[in-house]
This record gives sequence, C-alpha cells and structure tokens, in this order.
Amino acid sequence: MEASVQAVEVAGVAVSFGETRALDGVDLSVPRGTVQGLLGPNGAGKTTLVRVLATLLRPGAGSARVFGCDVVNDATRVRALIGLAGQFAAVDGTLTGRENLEMVGRLYRLSRKDAKRRALESLERLGLTEAADRVVKGYSGGMRRRLDLGASLVGRPRLLILDEPTTGLDPQSRSDVWAFIRELVDDGTTVLLTTQYLDEADNLADHIVVIDHGKVIADGTPRELKARMGADVLELHLTDPDLLEPTAAALRGIGSGEPSIDLGDRRITLPVHQGAADLMSAVRRLDELGTVPSDLSLRRPSLDDVFLALTGRGATLEENEEVGHEHR
Amino acid sequence: MSTVDQEALPAARLPASAAFADAVVIARRNILMIIRTPQLLVFSTIQPVMFVLLFRYVFGGAINVPAESYASWLLPGIFVQTVVFGSTTAAVALAYDLKGGIIDRFRSLPMARSAVLAGRTAADAMRNLFVICLMILVGYAVDFRFEGGFFGAIGAMAIALLFGYAFSWFFALVGLLVKDPETAQVAGFIPLFPFVFASSIFVSPETMPSWLQWFAEHQPVTKVVNAVRGLSLGTATTSDVVSALLWIAAMLLIFAPLATRQYRKG
Repeated sequence: MEASVQAVEVAGVAVSFGETRALDGVDLSVPRGTVQGLLGPNGAGKTTLVRVLATLLRPGAGSARVFGCDVVNDATRVRALIGLAGQFAAVDGTLTGRENLEMVGRLYRLSRKDAKRRALESLERLGLTEAADRVVKGYSGGMRRRLDLGASLVGRPRLLILDEPTTGLDPQSRSDVWAFIRELVDDGTTVLLTTQYLDEADNLADHIVVIDHGKVIADGTPRELKARMGADVLELHLTDPDLLEPTAAALRGIGSGEPSIDLGDRRITLPVHQGAADLMSAVRRLDELGTVPSDLSLRRPSLDDVFLALTGRGATLEENEEVGHEHR
Repeated sequence: MSTVDQEALPAARLPASAAFADAVVIARRNILMIIRTPQLLVFSTIQPVMFVLLFRYVFGGAINVPAESYASWLLPGIFVQTVVFGSTTAAVALAYDLKGGIIDRFRSLPMARSAVLAGRTAADAMRNLFVICLMILVGYAVDFRFEGGFFGAIGAMAIALLFGYAFSWFFALVGLLVKDPETAQVAGFIPLFPFVFASSIFVSPETMPSWLQWFAEHQPVTKVVNAVRGLSLGTATTSDVVSALLWIAAMLLIFAPLATRQYRKG
C-alpha cells in the first residue's frame, strides 16, 4: 500500500432512488488516522454515503475507494478493511454479548481461537465483561449500542464507519463512546462519523463536511467552519414565533452576515465582528420595533450556528427533539 | 502511521472454504435462536398436532381413502404439510433480520454472499427434522405405522425434508422481497393454502371436481406426498419418487439463485 493512499477517497458519487437524488456528486477525502465528521440534516444523504462506503449500496455514478480499494470492484477487500456500526444496534437479541462478537469475528475470517480472544478484548474495552454471557435482550439501550460498536471492532478495522453512534444515548454513555473513539484513533484507526450532534463533531472530528440535499455545502476543520461565523454570535430567543421574521428583518445590516432563524428553537442568530457595538445596535433596533426577547446573548460561535447559517435548519430534527434537547 | 503503510492489503477473494464455513456460522446462530425461543417451536408444533387430531378423529371417519386406515393415509401427508408450513419461517426470519439491521452488518462483512441464506435454510431444515420426528411419535400414538421398512421410512423423511428445504429457498426469496415480518407472515401462508388443501394430503384428489382434480394431481405437493406416502407404506413406485425429486430439484434450481441474487442486490 502506498503511503499517499487516503483512507477514503470519494469522487463525484451520485445515488438516486427513483426521482430522488440522495447523493448528487459528492467528493470527500479522508487522510489516514484522522476523524472525519459528516454533518447534515436528516435526509441530507449522510446514511446513503455511509452505505456506499460500506459496500451496501452501489453508487450510480462516481467512485469510492477505501485505502485505494474500489467499493464496487474490490468489495471483498473493502469489507475486510472496514468496521460498521449503524444507527440501529445490529446485534442479535437472543444471543449473548460474547456469542454476538464471536460470530462476527468468525465472519471476519478469524480462527475460532482468535475470534474468542478478540471478542473478549472488545467486551473488555467497552466495559461489557460482566454482561458478556447474558442474552442481549436484557441489555440497556446504551449497552446494546456499545456491543454494536464492539462488533464493528472485532475485525480490527483500519476504517471505522460510525453512523450516528450516540443517537439516543444518555450523556454518560455518550462521553464513554467519545473516549473510546479517541482511543481508537490514537491506535491509528481512521474514523468516519456521521452525527446530528454538533458538539460531538466539534469534540471528535479533525475535519468536517456538511452535506445537504446530497451535496457537500461546506468543509473544513471545526475551527475554520466556526471562523466563517465571525468573531462572535449574537443570539436572541423569542416567545412568539410570528415575531421571528420581522425581528430578523430589522436586524439585517448589523454584524458580519445574514441573521438566521431557527423556527424549532424560536431563536435568531447573527454573526458579528464588533461584539459590543453590534450588540448595542441590535438592542436599539429591537427597542424601535418594540420587541423584547426572552433571552439575548453574545457568545463564541458554535458549529450549531454554522449549521443553521448553512442549511437554514437547526441541527436537531423535529421528530428527535426530545433526544436532542437532552444533550444540549 | 508508517506501520499501517507497511501492512499488506487483505485478500481480494474469499477462500474457497468460505461459503461452507460461513453458512455453518450462520446456521449455528439461527439454531441457537430457535432453541432460545422455545415458545415459538412449541406453538409451531401444536399446529400440526391439532391437524392430526382433527382429521384423524373429527373428519377422518367421514373421509374415504384408498388406504388401509385414515391414519396411514393422513400421517405421510401431515409430514409434508408440516415441513411446508415450517419453511415459511425463512420468510419471517429474514424479513425480521433485514428490519433489525443485522443483514446490513452481514453484507458489510468479508463473508460469502450465499452464507446468510444457506445458513437460514439449513437451520430451518434442522428444525423441520425435529418437528417431523415429533410428528412420527404423534402418528404412532394415533395408530399410524411405517410399513415400508426402515429404508422406506428414512426415504420418506428425506424426501419430506428436501421438499421443505426447497420451499425454504422460495420463502427466503419472499422474505427478502417483502422486507417486513408481518407482511412476510401473511404473504407466506396465503399462497400455500391451495397447494396444501387441493392436494392428496387429506383426501384423494379423485373426489374433487375434474378441473380441480387435474391441478391437485399434478401440483408438487401431491407429487411429493405420494412419494412420501408410498415410501411410508411400502407401496412406492419409481415414478412416484422420481417425480417428487424432479419437483424438488426444479424448485431449488429456480429459487436458490433468485433468492441469492435478491440478497446480493440488497
């Protein structure tokens, strides 16, 4: 393998489902040993891209390579190089944790002995040793998710593909998973991660691409993306959703960019360069309008702001709102 | 990083032994699942037992068949009915696996593409073997006897099991196509009814109206039942056995490749 080969090299990948273009010419390049974050609202095409890279879906156009191996023509090799943990914990409820991992180990073509050893290793790493011989049906959601992650590791993949690995997990399990991903990266594993949680991407990813409507709409390091938002962000919350539009219109011209509206959270964010001065102008305009926000603050930009500015939508989805709020 | 660069790429092709080895791993998984949900096995066994008791004692007296007793006519038919109904499990179980995401995991692993289906159908054949043995015990309790000797009995069981195995591939295809466990359940059973009842399982097709009789005499369930019955009672002709085996071979040749293709397609 040549040193210059990227862990992932995606060029012009397009996938259509009937009339819908799930992916519309995506390019992506992930250097080895890094964490690539893949962000986008629901239905943006994140999972479709994951499925292409995991050899589950043939792209209609373009090419995708994993360590130089084509996902269509060299699928067997790609499968031996990757580990996949999906949104749904894909483990067997009627088998024990150990049996699940040993089975996956055998299917990674390990000898019986190696499969046993790796299964134990994975269970230990994920803190499931105690539960190893219990049937998975009795596991909590977090334990199941960890086991799913464990299953993706028994083959010691060089590229780990994680599709929303922490969706629905409680904060403790989430930070456990984060610590675990960092450990793997320290060992040289390349990670491709989709997430709805921007703090997750901010925390873990070396590089981020944002996709929407099947296209890459931004990419860069978390720092670069946040720098697009100006020095600070002015954020105001309103109780009356009908006031969002007129208030945003009144704020136009202040700061370094357009105000963005997040309907779900009833808030407006505005990138600014001169924090104090822009804050005072904003307050004067609000006063003229007679609007009193329920909350008004000036803060450092987060990826959340980048996301809202880019897609015009909050990162958390309506149907998952309860899950999302838990992690705010 | 340099150590990673030195690492060779994995093999581009699976070893020749993969198809068999992987099918064994999957079959083992499915058998463990069957053993650990005994309630499912119990209920799927109660159904054929009910059929035996109902037909032997409720309807049997009113049914005239060209055999020594109704029990000796009925039981070989029940063996075939049991494996055919039993093979619908393949559709439900695969649809369930698809929905749960485990099939995605299997598809992303460097394993043989045929193994998930081969392992599924093999596990179902084992289950069918267990249920048939149970039905033989029930049969002996209601005065059925094998009269074709030891090899006749073994031959009868083998043909019934092979037929169930061929049907499993058909139902594997159904499960992969409908993708939903509840739909698979219904989609599996409904097309079976005409084949099971318009056959020689319960009655002699000669009693049916001529248009139905033609179907009943030529369809695969009857052909297989005739062979199983003949071998059980010691009256089998070569043509009975050959036509049963031809149907089984034809079903395997059609449905195994179709199901495997559907699995690859995703």
